[in-house]
Amino acid sequence: MSVAVIVLAACGSDDGGETPPAASDGGTTEPVDISGTTLTISNWDAYMPKSVVKDFEAETGVTVEYAIHTTNEDIMGKLTAANGTGFDLVFVSGPFVQALNGLGYAAEIDQSQIPNITNLDTEATELAYDPGNTHSVPYTWGTTGICYRTDLVPQTPSTWEAFHTPEPDTEGKMTMLGTDRWLLQPALLSLGYSVNTTDPGEIDEAKAWTMEAKENLLAFDDTTFYAKLVSGEASLVQAWDGWCEYGRADEPKIDFVIPDEGSDLWTDTMVVMESSENKAAAYAFIDYILRPEVGKSIVEYTLYKMPNAEVMAAVSPKVIQDFPTLAITPTELFEQEAQTDLGEEGTILWTEAATEIKA
Amino acid sequence: MSTAAAPARRARGRVWGPRVVLLGPGTAWWLVFFLVPVGVLIAYSFFSRGPYGGVIYEPTLKNYVRAFDPLYIGVLWTSVRIATIATATSLLLAYPAALFIARASSRWRVPLLVLVILPFWTSFLIRTYAWMLLLNPAGLINKVLMGIGVIDEPLPLLYNEFAVTLGLVYAYLPLMVLPIYASLERLGPQASEAAADLYATPVQTLRKVTIPLTLPGIVAGCIFVFVPSLGNFIVPDLLGGGQTVMIGNVIQQQFLTARDWPFGAVLAMSVIVLMFLVLAVQAQVLRRTQEVEHGRPA
Repeated sequence: MSVAVIVLAACGSDDGGETPPAASDGGTTEPVDISGTTLTISNWDAYMPKSVVKDFEAETGVTVEYAIHTTNEDIMGKLTAANGTGFDLVFVSGPFVQALNGLGYAAEIDQSQIPNITNLDTEATELAYDPGNTHSVPYTWGTTGICYRTDLVPQTPSTWEAFHTPEPDTEGKMTMLGTDRWLLQPALLSLGYSVNTTDPGEIDEAKAWTMEAKENLLAFDDTTFYAKLVSGEASLVQAWDGWCEYGRADEPKIDFVIPDEGSDLWTDTMVVMESSENKAAAYAFIDYILRPEVGKSIVEYTLYKMPNAEVMAAVSPKVIQDFPTLAITPTELFEQEAQTDLGEEGTILWTEAATEIKA
Repeated sequence: MSTAAAPARRARGRVWGPRVVLLGPGTAWWLVFFLVPVGVLIAYSFFSRGPYGGVIYEPTLKNYVRAFDPLYIGVLWTSVRIATIATATSLLLAYPAALFIARASSRWRVPLLVLVILPFWTSFLIRTYAWMLLLNPAGLINKVLMGIGVIDEPLPLLYNEFAVTLGLVYAYLPLMVLPIYASLERLGPQASEAAADLYATPVQTLRKVTIPLTLPGIVAGCIFVFVPSLGNFIVPDLLGGGQTVMIGNVIQQQFLTARDWPFGAVLAMSVIVLMFLVLAVQAQVLRRTQEVEHGRPA
């Protein structure tokens, strides 16, 4: 997810400190005293209930400096400008783990300091951007699909072609995501190419496909597409699973499908900074996040899945019933292709294609 | 300094203290927050992007070569076109408004000026989102027009170049009104009275006296609208629905999405060069106006 999770305060459970501070169930291996220290974190806005941070502070005596970034690119910019310093723990999406690692900013994870890491699904330890989670620990994950109004779209859109050759009812009433990585994705998947392709020919074909699709669109939209669905301004949009749920929270006649050609698997992760002088507290925080009852409060607040079987088992069945994308299983998710870094040449090709499509 | 000119030097010397106090903060601000960043930008523009973003310090000109790709020239041209239309529209709206305020009785002038700057009390972003609510197919404007039967189906008011231009005009109109008002105010009523005494019609007075003498205000207003319009990326993003790309969007995309700071720096430089051209035109206009004011020998 490269875009901020800005507007979800109204959704999910409220963050009014309903998580009781419970004793660690994994047992701490290293009795490093972290109380009295400061931990500087940067995360997307509203991507975690405030109670999680407060309860962590109360339990450990650590003071958390909680900074906010609006996008992956935003935090990358801050870190690049400061040569990787200034934060102990940052939340970024999978491909950015590779970038942080390539720049030498990401610390190697000492898994012995995170006993709860065993709660992670096995699939979540085999993700292409960081196999074995050597430099990152998955926070949430999900996929991208088609989010649509069941009352305005006659039949279930089952393929990405829905954007390219639309039904008369949806023409001019669709939005696609505008950020490079997702902009070309429907085209690439529809054409049968990898979502991580760096092949100039394939990118060219995807560009042409997307330019044709643009004629059928209302707009490219990364932030308000679900509101457009609720208002009826749009009837079918390319959407991240959790963001589709924000629409469903206001308008039950909204549904989400993963098209037949498949989709991407995105993961948002926690990365400890190599420059951090308080790695022990960073590990303690990651370990805290991986606890079932803490993770449960995060899932119920953000409406995003965590790759953590214990957490997902703890989530209230009512919430899963109301927001069915939470029921997508790790196996289903793992069938999608994980996004990885595109490298220098690839990034240039993708960005130029995106500029050309939108210009 | 020469010791021979001691008295004169003392006289000048006395002025130094206040000069430092008055000019110091502004100069320091300018050095730190303008000159240094521009210097960094120029330096970056000659380096290349690292494999994972960041900057590799090997001199190269490839970013400049890439900037001449028709793709980016096209975007720059679109931006200049949109910014020019927005500036011209603002001028057409602002000049009569400024004239009206300047001619209003002194009791009304301040309240009217407050009304002009009133929109600045709310966040620019929120005001832009408000336009999305007004312009969208199910929005207020379309609903009213359809309700009274002027149109049968919604007009495409949003997510196109029209919406972008409208958003820019709306955002920067006050910046056009204020300098024009200031120069009208400074001009006072005497010049037009004299013109009327010489049997000029109101239109002739406006065309041959008022407008030429308020040219500095007009040019200042045009720059205040043109410059931020050219670099704006929020309005094209929100009101253009990501389908109208201006140079500001491409620069933002290079710095953030592509993490290609060197190429972003080159594109930013292109905007700075354009600004200098605009400012050169302004200087030229001002010089000519001064010649008019001080009376060239006919």
